[in-house]
Amino acid sequence: MWDAIRSNQRKSMALIILMGVLLVLLGFVIGMSVDPQIGGAYGAIAAVGIWMVMCFVALTGGDQILLMSSNAHQIEKRDAPQLYNIVEEMTIAAGLPKMPAVYIVDDHIPNAFAVGRKPEKAAVAVTTGLLKRLNRDELQGVVGHEIGHIRNLDVRFMTIASVMLGSIILISDIFVRSVFYGGRVRSSRSSRSRDSGGGQLQAILLIVALLMAILAPICARLLYLACSRRREYLADASSARLTRYPEGLASALEKISGRMLGALKVSRALAPLYIVNPLQGRSVFSLFSTHPPTEKRIQILRSMAGGAGFLDYEKAYAKVWGERKRCIGAETLQSEGERIPIRAPIADIGNRQDAVKQAQEVGDLLGRILNFLLIPCACGVRIKIPPEFNRPEIVCPRCGRKHPLSEAQKLTELTDSPTGDPVVFQGQRTGWKSVQCSCGKNIQISPKFSGNSIRCSQCGQEIQVISK
Amino acid sequence: MTASVSAIGALWGIGVILVVLIVAFIIIYNGLVRLRVEVKNAWAQIDVQLKRRHDLIPNLVETVKGYAAHERGTLEEVIRARSQAVAATGVPERMKAEQQLSGALGRLMLLVEQYPDLKANQNFLALQEELTSTENKIGFARQFYNDTVMRYNTKIQTIPTNFVAAIGGFSQEAFFEVEEAAERQAPQVKF
Repeated sequence: MWDAIRSNQRKSMALIILMGVLLVLLGFVIGMSVDPQIGGAYGAIAAVGIWMVMCFVALTGGDQILLMSSNAHQIEKRDAPQLYNIVEEMTIAAGLPKMPAVYIVDDHIPNAFAVGRKPEKAAVAVTTGLLKRLNRDELQGVVGHEIGHIRNLDVRFMTIASVMLGSIILISDIFVRSVFYGGRVRSSRSSRSRDSGGGQLQAILLIVALLMAILAPICARLLYLACSRRREYLADASSARLTRYPEGLASALEKISGRMLGALKVSRALAPLYIVNPLQGRSVFSLFSTHPPTEKRIQILRSMAGGAGFLDYEKAYAKVWGERKRCIGAETLQSEGERIPIRAPIADIGNRQDAVKQAQEVGDLLGRILNFLLIPCACGVRIKIPPEFNRPEIVCPRCGRKHPLSEAQKLTELTDSPTGDPVVFQGQRTGWKSVQCSCGKNIQISPKFSGNSIRCSQCGQEIQVISK
Repeated sequence: MTASVSAIGALWGIGVILVVLIVAFIIIYNGLVRLRVEVKNAWAQIDVQLKRRHDLIPNLVETVKGYAAHERGTLEEVIRARSQAVAATGVPERMKAEQQLSGALGRLMLLVEQYPDLKANQNFLALQEELTSTENKIGFARQFYNDTVMRYNTKIQTIPTNFVAAIGGFSQEAFFEVEEAAERQAPQVKF
């Protein structure tokens, strides 16, 4: 399955090369504007040189700098056995050659990140806030995401890309400043132009160089961010594939994003390494964000209906973003021969479920008194709609599925005059359940479904669902 | 003169082709060996985790006994299943014994639900976490093993690797199948 990541990597590679071309071009044009004869080549070489030196520093010392600056300390198994076990599990699932070191950051804000330019020398760090708030399945989803970053060599990749972006910004900045404030470029240029007699050409070159210096950082940043977002989706897909339980990561993201009120103290350059963007309270999607919007990520994970493989993630991605969008690539999907089934959640504490149920019943009663329309969504949410609501459809706040309202209303009216014998389904709600309607159609019930009845999509008959 | 030149040219041509073929053979052969080692390693990982589970069980049984000594039947069943699993040899027999052990452990864990004191015991909680994690690791190791075997088997069957595999005596590896039907069937949902 991991060979298959290559197609995605090739696309990211193309983006990196594009950024490299931009860097060389920038150096070339700036060099040309200084000296039209030989300046171009020197400029290009200087630009690449700056990038290489910065890359070397970032790749050899970057891990330790990041871990130290975020105040992380390494732990052993006895310090946090569950976290350690989960990292071990994900290491096995991903087939990493060596288990990454486990670090804990003393911070009440839940977040996690991974470092390591090689899978052999990687580390996973989580905050104490994350450990406190997430249950086992959710923690597994988050660790799976980080291990996914390590397995897909994202850390090395994003380091190279961010250094490239940094070099482009640095070079442009120096050039623009020297033109506007220094005047040194101008004086050396005028002395030379007398010899060559190409004053006009050089003036044009200077304007081109200035334009480049202003536009290149913007283009490079857009490329970089597109890359970063793509990598986040891929890590999400990897997490679902590794844990075989997309809901774990989905509900973890929900919890984390809900609590991102105070931002972590993180420098901008480190942001792509975190599981949720630490710099934004509520992530607003734009071309200028390192992470895809958390709500969309949750929606995609929750829409993975049939299985936990890459194929299912791709389908869910298309469902959320529109039919023609792709994020993983056809090659991956072909190579995934076997279907990866979603596993059952690890049993939760019983009392909590009862409390949720009680709250739901009270809510239902209130809703009925106020004449609210209740639409049970397939993801488990019951959407309550006030009678004044008059739009044609409503989007489920949790999974993003659209429910046409006119039909729902029609259906509630139909309930008053039942046709045929009522089918009653009784069963425990621990996994997916299948019911056969009297018309012969099979209906699947999600383990998260919590309504009292479902309606057959073929004959429209209501089936009562009674949970034990 | 021209004839001898062309003969030398042909010889050169054949020589170059031979060298290319040999180099290609070596690369493909080494790739196959690496994959076979990966399959072995993946299997070894499953083995390690199964052994870990065997090691955890005596401790678990002792702890449960302290609170629920009269649940003799289930406890003995677990102990019996464990000793069978430890003694089993050969892959199919071992798989069967391990499956039985999983079943017995599952029943024990269901039973534990009725003892709130036991569920609050720190020692038991730690053991339960270890057991859950080990079960997970067995599952993930199996998944990884099957992934690796699939890659290996596909390689062996496709051109041009299949020629090298036939010469080098590489044979297909078996998947590690699970007998739980529930885990195999993915629910089909249509909205």
